Amino acid sequence: MQAHDWIQLAIYLAALFVLAPVLGKFMHQVFSGERTFLAPLLGPAERLIYKLGGVDAQREMRWTGYVVALLAFNVLGGLLTLAQLMTQAWLPLNPEHLPNLPFALALNTAVSFMTNTNWQAYSGENTMSYLSQMAGLAVHNFTSAATGIVVVIALIRGLTRRSGDTVGNFWADLVRCTLYILLPLSLVFSVVLVQQGVPQTFQEYAAAKTIEGAEQIIPLGPAASQIAIKQLGTNGGGFFGVNSAHPFENPTPFTNFLEMLAIFVIPAGLTYTLGLMTGDRRQGWTIFGAMFALFIMGFGLSWWAEMQPNPATGLVSNMEGKEVRLGIMNSTLFSTITTDASCGAVNAMHDSLTPIAGGVALVNMLLGEVIFGGVGAGLYGMLVFVILTVFLAGLMVGRTPEYLGKKIEAREVKWAVVAALAPCVCILLGTAIAASVPAGSATINNQGAHGFSEILYAFTSAAANNGSAFAGIGVNNDFYNYALAICMFLGRFAVIVPVLAIAGSMVGKKIAPPSPGTFPTSGFTFIGLLIAVVLIVGGLNFFPALSLGPIVEHLLMAAGRTF
Amino acid sequence: MNATLNPPTSTPAPAPESSRKKPTAFTDPALVRGAIIDSFVKLDPRTQIRNPVMFVVFVGAILTTIACFTDPSGFNIQVTLWLWFTVLFANFAEAIAEGRGKAQAATLRKMRTTTMARRLKGDREEKVAAGELRKGDLVVCENGDVIPSDGDVVEGIASVDESAITGESAPVIRESGGDHSAVTGGTRVISDRIVIRITSEPGNTFLDRMITMVESATRGRTPNEIALGILLVSLTFVFLLAVGTLRPIAQLSEKLAGQSGVINVSLVVLVCLTVCLIPTTIGALLSAIGISGIDRMIQRNVLATSGRAVEAAGDIDVLLLDKTGTITLGNRQAAAFIPAPGVDEKDLAAAAHLASLADETPEGRSIVVLAKERFNLRARDVAEKHAEFVPFTAQTRMSGVDLTTPEGIVRMRKGAAESVRRWVVENGGEYPQAVTEAVEMVSRSGGTPLVVAEQHCVLGVVQLKDVVKGGIRERFAQLRKMGIRTIMITGDNPMTAAAIAAEAGVDDFMAEAKPEDKLARIREEQAKDHLVAMTGDGTNDAPALAQADVGVAMSTGTQAAREAGNMVDLDSNPTKLIEVVEIGKQLLMTRGALTTFSIANDIAKYFAIIPAMFLGLYATEAGGKGPLAALDLMHLHSPQSAILSAVIFNALIIIALIPLALRGVSYRALGAASVLRRNVLIYGIGGVLVPFIGIKVLDLLLVALHLA
Repeated sequence: MQAHDWIQLAIYLAALFVLAPVLGKFMHQVFSGERTFLAPLLGPAERLIYKLGGVDAQREMRWTGYVVALLAFNVLGGLLTLAQLMTQAWLPLNPEHLPNLPFALALNTAVSFMTNTNWQAYSGENTMSYLSQMAGLAVHNFTSAATGIVVVIALIRGLTRRSGDTVGNFWADLVRCTLYILLPLSLVFSVVLVQQGVPQTFQEYAAAKTIEGAEQIIPLGPAASQIAIKQLGTNGGGFFGVNSAHPFENPTPFTNFLEMLAIFVIPAGLTYTLGLMTGDRRQGWTIFGAMFALFIMGFGLSWWAEMQPNPATGLVSNMEGKEVRLGIMNSTLFSTITTDASCGAVNAMHDSLTPIAGGVALVNMLLGEVIFGGVGAGLYGMLVFVILTVFLAGLMVGRTPEYLGKKIEAREVKWAVVAALAPCVCILLGTAIAASVPAGSATINNQGAHGFSEILYAFTSAAANNGSAFAGIGVNNDFYNYALAICMFLGRFAVIVPVLAIAGSMVGKKIAPPSPGTFPTSGFTFIGLLIAVVLIVGGLNFFPALSLGPIVEHLLMAAGRTF
Repeated sequence: MNATLNPPTSTPAPAPESSRKKPTAFTDPALVRGAIIDSFVKLDPRTQIRNPVMFVVFVGAILTTIACFTDPSGFNIQVTLWLWFTVLFANFAEAIAEGRGKAQAATLRKMRTTTMARRLKGDREEKVAAGELRKGDLVVCENGDVIPSDGDVVEGIASVDESAITGESAPVIRESGGDHSAVTGGTRVISDRIVIRITSEPGNTFLDRMITMVESATRGRTPNEIALGILLVSLTFVFLLAVGTLRPIAQLSEKLAGQSGVINVSLVVLVCLTVCLIPTTIGALLSAIGISGIDRMIQRNVLATSGRAVEAAGDIDVLLLDKTGTITLGNRQAAAFIPAPGVDEKDLAAAAHLASLADETPEGRSIVVLAKERFNLRARDVAEKHAEFVPFTAQTRMSGVDLTTPEGIVRMRKGAAESVRRWVVENGGEYPQAVTEAVEMVSRSGGTPLVVAEQHCVLGVVQLKDVVKGGIRERFAQLRKMGIRTIMITGDNPMTAAAIAAEAGVDDFMAEAKPEDKLARIREEQAKDHLVAMTGDGTNDAPALAQADVGVAMSTGTQAAREAGNMVDLDSNPTKLIEVVEIGKQLLMTRGALTTFSIANDIAKYFAIIPAMFLGLYATEAGGKGPLAALDLMHLHSPQSAILSAVIFNALIIIALIPLALRGVSYRALGAASVLRRNVLIYGIGGVLVPFIGIKVLDLLLVALHLA
């Protein structure tokens, strides 16, 4: 923990605090239909898209219409990608003549990118053609990110509108989100990445001679454009197999800093958008505060654990699995950020993290990816916890619980519980099934508690739509490809549908004017309560599993035992 | 005396808290005995399944009972016993909460069945059973008769003893016409004769509704209870899943550790873990909390038509309060003597004093008291003066006294300014301009003037003033802190109303309000998304009572009012509205506090059971302790004592919290933020810490008693 580590951390946090309101305000403009400074440039494109799609952007949908449009759009997109991956050998832009993907892997990958998970049971450079990367996966990186964002916007509309029964127009939200927010940010970020040394080319892989005179193939491709959106859209699927640990994905300390910032900037900005949409900025900062506190706690614990000498190996510094260019602090910070947000891009091998740091990464995901979380998904996940917190604690002030003046009743509780617990069910059931069937444990490479942690991590990463992996387990087989695809699908849409249902049932409710008798949903008491509910409701179910994974692993390591 | 000085309101009942405290359910042996029996009756699976959380415990107890037959170890038997206790304790909590209501319902039912009615058929009377009376029938009740059913008095006036329903022994007056015409079946006429038109069909009388209400408190679940139920069931489901998936996970872990059979995932242990993790505490107490909330209303003599109404009371943020009887004492009191020009103030006081001696109205008495305070005038022997008292009549609108003195008859009168003026002028006297001005001045300042005259000579004016109830200002300040706005409704002119509003500290007032204005105001507040509560008694209050989110009808009021509101106050005390709101809030708070407590308990239980289950994993020698022993923060004696302590704690905490569930958490009128901080501290942080201590103590006890 040297001075420059602290300085980097301070700059990172400061940048986050500064950028969140700026971007948050801009996103508020975009979604309230206001004219943004990009309108002269992009307005014609926006109108053209509506015209081509036959969309009346002014016509709003009820929550059910929104769900139907969203599901249709995502599932059709997923099927298209599935078809593309299974036929890529016959399609253009495949200079390396990579073969078609088998069904199981193609399905897993299509679901993975459709759900903003970007779990990769493959290695990009030897599996995916340029067309698959660009027209299949990178497109999903945009659409899945936009899907997450528009869901939370619809939810906030439901929570704040005073009348009507509609929550917005899915198509208009999707187009505006992609056009005004994701594309411009990605464009700027890509250009910076290219300037820093990330390739952006359709050329075939370069052949080089090493100093020893050996032949080396250096994979290339249109990487920069995909890397920008995989960070910004909290997708995380790397162009190359080792993701942001690869020098072409993450060439300099500066790109490392920017990539970490890119993961958090939209989720953090959305909390500010929430504040603006509720008309009370403290509401937004309160959620930001709870997320920030959980982030700092996780990072602090992780960093501390990584800095301890390892009694099992006798090594003073835990450099296994880390890029020497980046070092421990930047690897740990990246691993915390990428698992807090459901990004899943990695710049170090999570499998090699110390048990506590790996455990923090696991817990970050187990809590439902609500610590900033995936773009949109993090905030709507957190708002589900807010609703549960308000319901549990709100009773204690002696009023029927209400959030932003709207009453939380049986229907909202029901949907909130489904949204909060659906990923839990996927993780627990999936892990238990993997533990019981031979196919589940056949590919474990590690003995001891770490082997179990790897299974738990895989299902957690899938159900939480994170996509990062403890790579010590072979997952490109039918069992894991199918099981994880189911988890990814349910972890995404078994949350989105209830969230939109909440939006729909809240939108028509009346808003009780605030008074001293109103349960305060801003301020430090509420931050504390929210954190407690996230940890207890979101995390307590996993205590037995965590005891058998990272906790016992840490205790064993402390006792100097290896397997 | 002026008719407006005697507004048709009843005297408020004495302070409810002190006088009405009934013994708690726990101290009544008969209730406890009944509840214990009921606890076993409720073991019926059909009853159990209504509470899904406790049903899981019930099934768990059955499973461990079966396990006892295959492996009758001391541990299994103890666990099984405590699981059954857990179920029984939950049953007991509900039974004891229901107990008082049931007893009350039984008494009420007895009262209903024995009544005979005297029905009028033309001029004839016939005797029929009360149950045969139909809406519209006319019945006669005389001194000693029990009123057979609900109705309105259409003829006569009588004193009625309503103690059977209200518990208030002082009889009340019921008369035809006006706002005091409603009578309730089951009450007793103790003087005079009245004819009543029946207004309820059999089975739908006030008494019937009261019986249903006290009996059915368990059956109808309120919206908030339903929502909380969903949450509890979901938590139960997910904990079941967490425990259910534990066996394969544990077995894989053993395999990876190269061990076998070191993790105790026997059925009995898994049942224990499940029971400890699912929210049994709140699951067991939830219905008791709801019932006792309604029960607390009944103890304060307020009958809510549904549990929903009690809950709604907690959400109220606007109170519409009638000035008279709620904010001011029902009656005005003499505040000053203002003599006419040339009259000594003492003479005025003396005349007013004399004229009021026989006046038993509170206003009259207050004049006597004021005269005594100011001039030390005492009741003289009026008999030797051959005093003859002239009572107030609607025609004269005056009262007074005629004294037979040696000089002749001296007549003294007090009354409304206009009446006295006419009387004085008729007697050949002169009505001075200064008196007219004094009368106007008193009116303007919010008081009521009474003019006093002796023969043809006007002596002056007595100023009567509304007296704001003691402590009401502080009460309103508390309400404001709780975020509740108070609006005073009065028929007074704006100036008077403003003066009283300022003195009482209400947030807003409506002057010269007509009953329809109330309705309009409620609608207006509701349009701004406020929740409004009000009290009312008259027939013209009925629409407003029905419109309000919480409408408390006075029991003395008309039948229409009683049916329009969603609560009836048997004491007819308008101030009760404030208590109603407090009970509603307390009910919700208790529910929230115990839920928080219940969930917070899980942390300690995990730290007891998880290390106990996984103790042998990765142990270096057979039977030794593995690394997860580090999670045994409480340093419990053995895995068995640890699990048993957690199960016992889980059972005992239910019993320990029954009194709190019945009584409600302590309530203070504070803002939401401070209430929240306080309750989070007690029930949240407390909920985390208490079981750590409890489980450790139980573990020490078990070891000391050689039970584990």
